[in-house]
Amino acid sequence: MSQPDAAQQETLFQTRIDAEEKIEPKDWMPEKYRQNLIRQISQHAHSEVIGMQPEGNWITRAPTLHRKCVLLAKVQDEGGHGLYLYSAAETLGITREELIEGLHSGKAKYASIFNYPSLTWADMGAIGWLVDGAAIVNQVSLQRTSYGPYSRGMVRICKEESFHQRQGYHIMMTLARGSAEQKAMAQDALDRFWWPSLMMFGPHDAESAHSAQSMKWKIKRQSNDELRQKFVDQSVKQAEVIGLTIPDPDLKWNEERGHYDFGEIDWEEFTRVINGDGMCNRQRLAHHIRAHEEGQWVRDAITAHEAKQRERAASAAA
Amino acid sequence: MTASDTQQATRQYAVRLGDDALILGHRLSEWCSNGPFLEEDLALTNVALDFIGRARMFYGYAAELTGGDCTEDTLAYQRDCREFRNLLLHELPIGDFAFTMARQYLLDEYTLAFMQQLQQSADATLAAIAAKSVKESRYHLRRSHDWMLRLGDGTPESHERMQKALEQLWGYTHELFDMDALEQELAEAGIAVDCAALQPAWERSVRATLAEATLALPTAEWAVRGGRNGIHTESLGHLLSELQFVQRAYPGLSW
Repeated sequence: MSQPDAAQQETLFQTRIDAEEKIEPKDWMPEKYRQNLIRQISQHAHSEVIGMQPEGNWITRAPTLHRKCVLLAKVQDEGGHGLYLYSAAETLGITREELIEGLHSGKAKYASIFNYPSLTWADMGAIGWLVDGAAIVNQVSLQRTSYGPYSRGMVRICKEESFHQRQGYHIMMTLARGSAEQKAMAQDALDRFWWPSLMMFGPHDAESAHSAQSMKWKIKRQSNDELRQKFVDQSVKQAEVIGLTIPDPDLKWNEERGHYDFGEIDWEEFTRVINGDGMCNRQRLAHHIRAHEEGQWVRDAITAHEAKQRERAASAAA
Repeated sequence: MTASDTQQATRQYAVRLGDDALILGHRLSEWCSNGPFLEEDLALTNVALDFIGRARMFYGYAAELTGGDCTEDTLAYQRDCREFRNLLLHELPIGDFAFTMARQYLLDEYTLAFMQQLQQSADATLAAIAAKSVKESRYHLRRSHDWMLRLGDGTPESHERMQKALEQLWGYTHELFDMDALEQELAEAGIAVDCAALQPAWERSVRATLAEATLALPTAEWAVRGGRNGIHTESLGHLLSELQFVQRAYPGLSW
C-alpha cells in the first residue's frame, strides 16, 4: 500500500478528531497542531511554575502553622503540575530546556494573573478561590482535549486543584467571618483579583487568534467566553455565601439568559500585562532567570558526578 | 523529680524539639521557587513541610502539657528570640545550595539517630512523634547524603563550595551533643535522648560520607553555643519578625 499523501493524512487526522479519538505522541499530526499544543502546554506549565512565586511569597509569613503547611503543600503541588505538563509537552518532541529558554527569552508566555502582586494574607485566599477556581473551569474542559497526554495530565491536575480551591475559599470564609480588619482584607483581595481572574480566560472569542483552529482540532473544547461565563456564574454565588461583594457595578442576574451579565473587562490592561508591562512581569521573569542561573553550578555538578560514576562502573567492568 | 517537675521538664523539652523543627523548616521553605531546578523546589518544600509538621506535633504536645490558652500557634508566634530554644545550626541563613545541603546532611545524620533513640522514650507521646519522624528522616538523609556525593565529587566549583560550607558549619555542630541539666534529668528518667552519646556514631558516619564525597573533615577547632539558653545568632530575630508578622499585627484572631 502506498503512503497516504499530506492531504489524505490531514483528512484522516480530522476524522479521528471528529470521532473523539485521542491523539497519541507517535500518531501523525499536522505540524501546526503540534506547534499549537507545544505553545499551549508550555504556557500552562510555565504558569504553574511562575505561579509558585506569588504564593511562595507568603509561606514564611503564613499566620498559623496549619495554614503554612497547607500553603507549602499547595505550592509543591503546583510545581508537580509543572512537571506533568513539561513531560506532556516533551512528548511533542521538544525538551524542557528549550521550553525554559522560550520562557526566559519572552517567546513563551505564562498566565497573566501571576503578574499581580500578593500583598496580604487574604491574597492567598483569593488566589486559591478565584485563580485556582478559574484554572479548574478551564482545565475541566481540557480533560476532553484531543491530545492524550495533555488530557490525562488535566485529569490528574484537576483533582488536586479542586482541593486547593476549597482551601482558598476556606481562607476567605474565615476572614470574612472574622474581625472588621480581616473582612476588609478579604474584600480588598477580592477587589484586586476579580478582574485579573476573568482575564485568565483570554480575549473575547472574536479576538482570540488561536481559538477557531484550536476548537476545530478539539484542543479547546469550549470558548473563552463560555468558560468565563461559567466561572462568573459559580463565583457570584460563592461570594454571596460569605458576604463579600464582587467589584462590578454592572453585575446582574439575567433571567432570560439564565446567566449573570457582567461589566466589560479592561482589555487595555490585559494587553499591557500579557505584553510584559504588568506590575510584576519583570520581577517574576528575573526571579526565574536568577534561580536558573544560580543553579547552573548545581546542574553541572550532577552531570560531572554522573559521568564519573559511569567511568568508574565501566573501568570496574573492564 | 516529682511528677509535676517531670511534666514541666518534658514540656520544655518538647518546645526545644519543636523549635528545632520549626526553624529548620522555615529556612528550607525559603528555597521555594529558588531551587536549581523544579525537582529541587519540590524536594526542598517537601522536606520543609515534614519539619513544620514535626514542629506542630511537638508544640501540640507542649501546649497540652502547659494547659490554659497555650496552642501550637501561641508557641510559634508569640515568643521572642530569647525564648526560642532551637540549636543554632537550624537557624543559620540558607546560604548557597551547598551550604543548605551540607547543613541538611549534618543534621539529617544527627536527627535520624536522635529520633531512633527518642522512639524508646518512656514518654509515649514523644516516642510516637519520634516514630513518625524516623520515617521522614530516613528519606531526608538519603537525599542529603546523595547531594554530598554529587556536590563533593562533582565539579571543582561544587567541591570547593561544599568544602567551604562544611568549614562554615562545623563550629555549630558541637552544640548538637551538649546535655544540660534539664536533658540530663530527663534522660535519667528514660524520657530524653542522651545526645552526647550520639556523637561517636555521628562522627563515624560523617567521616565516611565526606571521604566518599572526596571532602575533608574540618579541622579548625571552634565552637559556638547558646541556642538552648535562648542566646541566638543575629539572624533569628529577622526570621521571627517575618514568621510572626501577621499574628503580631492582628493578634488574637482566627485565620
